[in-house]
Amino acid sequence: MKVLLTNAILIDPEAGTETAGAVAISAGKIEAVLSETADLTAAKYAKHTRIDCGGKHLAPGIIDIGVKVCEPGERHKESFRTAGLAAAAGGVTTMVTRPDTLPTVDTPETLEFAKRRGGEMTDIRIAPMAALTKDRAGREMVEMGFLQDAGAVAFSDGDNVVTDTKVLSRAMTYARSLGALVMGHPQEPILSDGAAVTSGKFASLRGLPAVSPLAERMGLERDLALVEATKVRYHADQISSAAALPALERAKADGLDVTAGVSIHHLTLNELDVGDYRTFFKVKPPLRSEDDRQAMVAAVASGLIDIICSMHTPQDEESKRLPFEQAASGAVGLETILPAALRLFHSGQLDLPTLFRAMSLNPAKRLRLDGGRMSKGAPADLVLFDPHAPFILNRETLRSKSKNTPFDGQRMQGQVLRSFVAGTQVFPPNA
Amino acid sequence: MTFRAEHLLGIEHLSPTDITAILDLADQYVALNRSERKHGDTLAGLTQINMFFENSTRTQASFEIAGKRLGADVMNMAMQASSIKKGETLIDTALTLNAMHPDLLVVRHPHSGAVNLLAEKVNCAVLNAGDGKHEHPTQALLDALTIRRAKGRLHRLSIAICGDIAHSRVARSNILLLGKMENRVRLVGPPTLMPSEIDHFGVEVFEDMREGLQNVDVVMMLRLQKERMDGGFIPSEREYYHRYGLDADKLSHAKDEAIVMHPGPMNRGVEIDGTLADDINRSVIQEQVEMGVAVRMACMELLVRARASKPEGVMV
Repeated sequence: MKVLLTNAILIDPEAGTETAGAVAISAGKIEAVLSETADLTAAKYAKHTRIDCGGKHLAPGIIDIGVKVCEPGERHKESFRTAGLAAAAGGVTTMVTRPDTLPTVDTPETLEFAKRRGGEMTDIRIAPMAALTKDRAGREMVEMGFLQDAGAVAFSDGDNVVTDTKVLSRAMTYARSLGALVMGHPQEPILSDGAAVTSGKFASLRGLPAVSPLAERMGLERDLALVEATKVRYHADQISSAAALPALERAKADGLDVTAGVSIHHLTLNELDVGDYRTFFKVKPPLRSEDDRQAMVAAVASGLIDIICSMHTPQDEESKRLPFEQAASGAVGLETILPAALRLFHSGQLDLPTLFRAMSLNPAKRLRLDGGRMSKGAPADLVLFDPHAPFILNRETLRSKSKNTPFDGQRMQGQVLRSFVAGTQVFPPNA
Repeated sequence: MTFRAEHLLGIEHLSPTDITAILDLADQYVALNRSERKHGDTLAGLTQINMFFENSTRTQASFEIAGKRLGADVMNMAMQASSIKKGETLIDTALTLNAMHPDLLVVRHPHSGAVNLLAEKVNCAVLNAGDGKHEHPTQALLDALTIRRAKGRLHRLSIAICGDIAHSRVARSNILLLGKMENRVRLVGPPTLMPSEIDHFGVEVFEDMREGLQNVDVVMMLRLQKERMDGGFIPSEREYYHRYGLDADKLSHAKDEAIVMHPGPMNRGVEIDGTLADDINRSVIQEQVEMGVAVRMACMELLVRARASKPEGVMV
C-alpha cells in the first residue's frame, strides 16, 4: 500500500531539523522525504493514498525501551493487546519489552512465546529483551546465544540488581563475546533495600523509608568498572540523580560503549509530587529532588543521557491502594510519554528533534533496530501529533488495563493524531 | 473559635489557633477528670472504635478512658489478631467497619501514611493514634498541655528533644507543634538516629548531649527501641546511656527549673536514669499520662462538634 502524507512538519532527529514537507510511503518503508516545494502531483505519486496532515508534526515513531507487558503471568494488569492499543495511541511504534514477567523471559521458549503473542495480538512492533540471569536471581547466566538467535535485543534483570559482582562480571564477559547489549539498573541494592522515597526533607517529614541518591551513583560506578574490564556494550536503564552524571560522563569520555536512559517520570515529576502518600507516584528508583530533575533534563539536552523511556509498569488497583511503603512501584507511561515529554518542549528546555532523538533515533541505534529515522529507506513507523492540543488526562480513558498514571487530572499539551507502523495506520484504528 | 478539621491526622494540618483551642478545652477536662464524678455526655450515643494495628497499652487505654468519660460506646479491635492476618487489606477492613456506622475511628498503624489512606475511605472522623514514623498528634498535644501547665506558657521556650529522632513519630509531631507555637527546638542524638535533612525543619541539631541541653526549659526524652541497640544504629546500650542517657549531670546543663518529659514506656538506665524519672521536682512523666486522657477527650469532642456543624456530604 502506498501512502502520501502531505502538509506536515517533518521532525528529523538525525539532522536535528523541523521542516515543512511530505512523506511518501511504499511497501512499509519511507519511499521519499519531500520538501515543501516538491511536486506532489508527479506521476509516481498518482496511486498514493493521500493524507493531509493539516500542518501538524510528523516524527519517527517512539521506540520505548523497558515496557512491561505483564504477559505471561499477570494478564489482569496488561496484555499484548491492551499494551499495543496504548502504545498506538501514544505514538509508540516499537515496544521493547521487559523480561520481568511470570515466568521470567529467560529461555528461548518464553521469548518465542512473547514474540508470538506480540505478533498475534498487536500491530505494534515488539522487540523483546531477555533476562541476564536465570529467573533474574543473579546466580547463573541465561543461554545468551540461543536467546540472541531467538531475537533478544538486550539482556536485563530489570530492577533486580545482580549483587554478586563475579556473576555480573562473567555475564558481561560472555555477552561481550556475542556483541550483546547488557542493560543494568544502577542501584546499590543494600542501601536501597526497602526504600520508598528519596532521602531528604520530604522523606523525613513523611516518615517514609528512604534511600540516598548516592546509591545510584555507587551502583553505576560498579557497573562501569566492570564495563571497563569486560568491554561489554552497556546501557544504564534509568539515571535519575545528578550525582550519577559525572561517572557517566567519564565513562563516555574514556570511550566505553555506554549509554544511559531516563524515565519520563523522572524528567517531569519530583519527590514532592508524592504529596500525601499518593502511591501512583511511587516508582523505582523513587522520584528525586527538583535539582535532580533539572539536571536530568539538561543531560538529555546535552546528549549525556541518550534515551527517554516510559518505564511502562502496569499495576492494578489492589497493588496501589495500600499504605505507601507496602504499595507496588511503577507507573503506566505508553500513552503519556509524548504529552509528558512535550512539557519539556513547552518549557523551552528541549526542542522537538532532541526529544525524538532520545525517544526514537537513539533507542533504535542502541538496539540496532532499523527505525527512528526520517529518511528514505527507513521503516514507515511514524507518529503524527499536535504538540499544542491541550487536554486534561482522565485515567479511566487510558487504553492500558491498569490505570496507574501519575498524570491523572493533570493538564497536558500534545495529542497523538495518527500512528503508523510499516506504513499502516494503527491509530486511530482504521474504520 | 471554630475547629473545622474533619480528621485529626497530624499536627501538620493544625493552625496555632486549633492547637490553642484543643489545649483550652483539655484544660477543662483535666478538672473534670480530677473530680469525683468523671462523666460527661458529649459523645453519648456515639460509637468509637479503636483500631490498633500495632501493639499499644497506654495509648489505647487512654483513648478508651477518654471515650468512656465522654459517654461514647467504645469498642477495641485487636487488629493484630484480626482479618488483616487472613489477608484482608486495610481498605477492606476500613470499609467493613465503616458499614457499622462508627462516629470516631482511632487508628494506630505501623506504616507511615496508612491512617491518611484509611481516612479517605470512611465517612466518620479519624484520629491518628500514631502511624509508622510519621505523626502521633495526640502525644504532641498532651506534651504541649503538660508544658503549658508546668511553664505557664507555650511559646518562646527552649526545648530539647533527645534520642532516637529518626524512628520517632512523637518527635516529628512535637517538632511541628512546638515550631508552630514559636518555640526554639533542639534535637539531640547520635547522627545515626537523626532523619536526613532534619536541620531544614527550623531546628538546631546537636550531637553532644551537654551542649544540646544548655539552658533549655524542657528536656524531652524519647524511647529507644530495643531492636535499634544491637550495633545497627548505636554500638551498645551502655555506650548509649553513657553518651545520651539523661542523668543528673547532663541535666545540670539545662535551666535549674527545667522539666523532664518522656512519652513512655521508659527504658530506665538506657535513655533515662531511674531516680531522675521519679524525681517529682523535675519529672512530669506522670502528668503527661494524665494530660493524655484530657487531650484525647478534647480532640474527640472537637472533631464530633465539627462534623455535627456541617451538613452531610460537604466535608472537605
